[in-house]
Amino acid sequence: MTIAAVQSKPVPAILPGNGGMRGALSDLLWRRPILLLLLMLLPPLLWLGIVYIGSLFALLLQSFFSIDEFSGLINREFTLKTYGDLFQAANLDIILRTVTMAALVTLASAVIAFPIAYYAARYARGRWKALFYLGVMLPLWSSYLVKIYAWKLILAKEGILTWLLGKLGLLWLLEAWLSLPIVGGNSLSVSFTGTFIVFVYVWLPFMILPVQAALERVPGNLVEASSDLGASPGQTFRNVLFPLALPGIVAGSIFTFSLTLGDYIIPQIIGTSRLFIGQAVYSQQGTAGNIPLAAAFTVVPIVIMGFYLWGAKRLGAFDAL
Amino acid sequence: MRSDRGQSAPLGLKIAAACGLLFLHLPILLIFVYAFTTEEKSFVWPPPGLTTQWFAVTWNRPDVWEALSLSIRVAAISTAIALVLGTLCAAAVSRTRFFGREAISLLVILPIALPGIITGIALRSAFALADIPFSFWTIVLGHATFCVVVVYNNAVARFRRTSGSMIEASMDLGADGFQTFRHVVLPNIATALLAGGMLAFALSFDEVIVTTFTAGQQQTVPIWMLEELIRPRQRPVTNVVAMVVVLVTLLPILFAYYLTRDGDQIAGSGK
Repeated sequence: MTIAAVQSKPVPAILPGNGGMRGALSDLLWRRPILLLLLMLLPPLLWLGIVYIGSLFALLLQSFFSIDEFSGLINREFTLKTYGDLFQAANLDIILRTVTMAALVTLASAVIAFPIAYYAARYARGRWKALFYLGVMLPLWSSYLVKIYAWKLILAKEGILTWLLGKLGLLWLLEAWLSLPIVGGNSLSVSFTGTFIVFVYVWLPFMILPVQAALERVPGNLVEASSDLGASPGQTFRNVLFPLALPGIVAGSIFTFSLTLGDYIIPQIIGTSRLFIGQAVYSQQGTAGNIPLAAAFTVVPIVIMGFYLWGAKRLGAFDAL
Repeated sequence: MRSDRGQSAPLGLKIAAACGLLFLHLPILLIFVYAFTTEEKSFVWPPPGLTTQWFAVTWNRPDVWEALSLSIRVAAISTAIALVLGTLCAAAVSRTRFFGREAISLLVILPIALPGIITGIALRSAFALADIPFSFWTIVLGHATFCVVVVYNNAVARFRRTSGSMIEASMDLGADGFQTFRHVVLPNIATALLAGGMLAFALSFDEVIVTTFTAGQQQTVPIWMLEELIRPRQRPVTNVVAMVVVLVTLLPILFAYYLTRDGDQIAGSGK
């Protein structure tokens, strides 16, 4: 009977609309996907557009203001004077120091990251793979300040590193290193060496992940083919592995470089009294109250990163992210 | 027969990889030892003695509790906002192709790609220009902005794996858009959202660079720690708080990993 009933009433090709307000709204959104898309995009775009992009413009705008040297008040008139102040010798020193540190940190991270990434990509399987993954992920997500604090404990004069070197009879090596100009200091926790080690430690996971992602895509038989054809492991690394891993390394270096450029906490806690860009920004906007100069200073890492990203894109780094 | 089965790594590589992992983990383990040390004034190693008295001292410190409460409230609200915005954005980007799609993914990633100090000072100068006083909500404003990206990354990865035909099937069977969202889409993306939410919470709970610019006189846990690092008052208390912070951030990460481990894009890779 039911079959007959259904057959006797032809079902229309297009069902009637859902009833009620809710149904009508649902139908409208289905029929006009553009409307749905706009509704979905509007809240995040408003938020990011107003809060974030708006703030960035506010910052950029401030860098064209200047500070009145006598009253300390901010003069809200368009001027390039602040940018003139930026290119004083002392400030150029700060920029140069920061960029050099960022480059060295990037280089060291790449060297330390490669074996971990390569082992995880090529040899680790199953349980070990998960272990390697968590082994990189946990330090990455551990508290940034706690990591810095841990290194303060390690590098302190009375800390574990001095104790360890003492046990090994290598204290003279530490003394010799600390007596060097520039990299040395009273103890490791107030030297550039200390700053460098902590930077490398804190940003290392950001290098490992993209390098591993790049190496995962290298088929193992390429390496075998290379050694079958008579290449030594060194030659295989130089001519096969390294070029294929390069986009990953460049992708990782975007993080290590950018993060080092902008950091002001690590050099403040473990380092000398000579400033980095981040510290200069922080002290200009805080104690000095010179927000225009602070704003102009932040334009430096933005410009450097702009060029860096442009170069990285040409090397194909974004496909490795 | 293939020669690469069960092939083991060269010794040098094994040693280098092991050393690298030790380098990553030993410093964090050290924090756990220092939380029990009896030494108050310096960072001397080895610890002269072990004690648990500092846990009690920390427990009775009102400033630690206030900082913890503020951090948790900020992280909870920021995560909630990030969940809504990140999911909406991910749904829009993964369902449709439209003009400016690439620009939107870039916009979402930007707050985390640019150094934190830029985000921080940008927000501060915007607050200054608009005469907004520092409050709970200025912190949330900053945190939610960079938390969107972790939710977005997780949700996008899951949407990519979810087949669009399921939504069409649900519609064909007579469900309206809201029912489809409630009964088909949401159960599919729930674990990815939970993972993204966990990571966003951990990110917000730990964030210090942007917060220093948006908090004014308020203290979150990381700001409290930063104060202690610059002007130490009671080092053993700092040690205990450091250990607790490690544990508090560890659990959400492990849980997020557990939720997304089979086949998803890496949960935390977007930090």
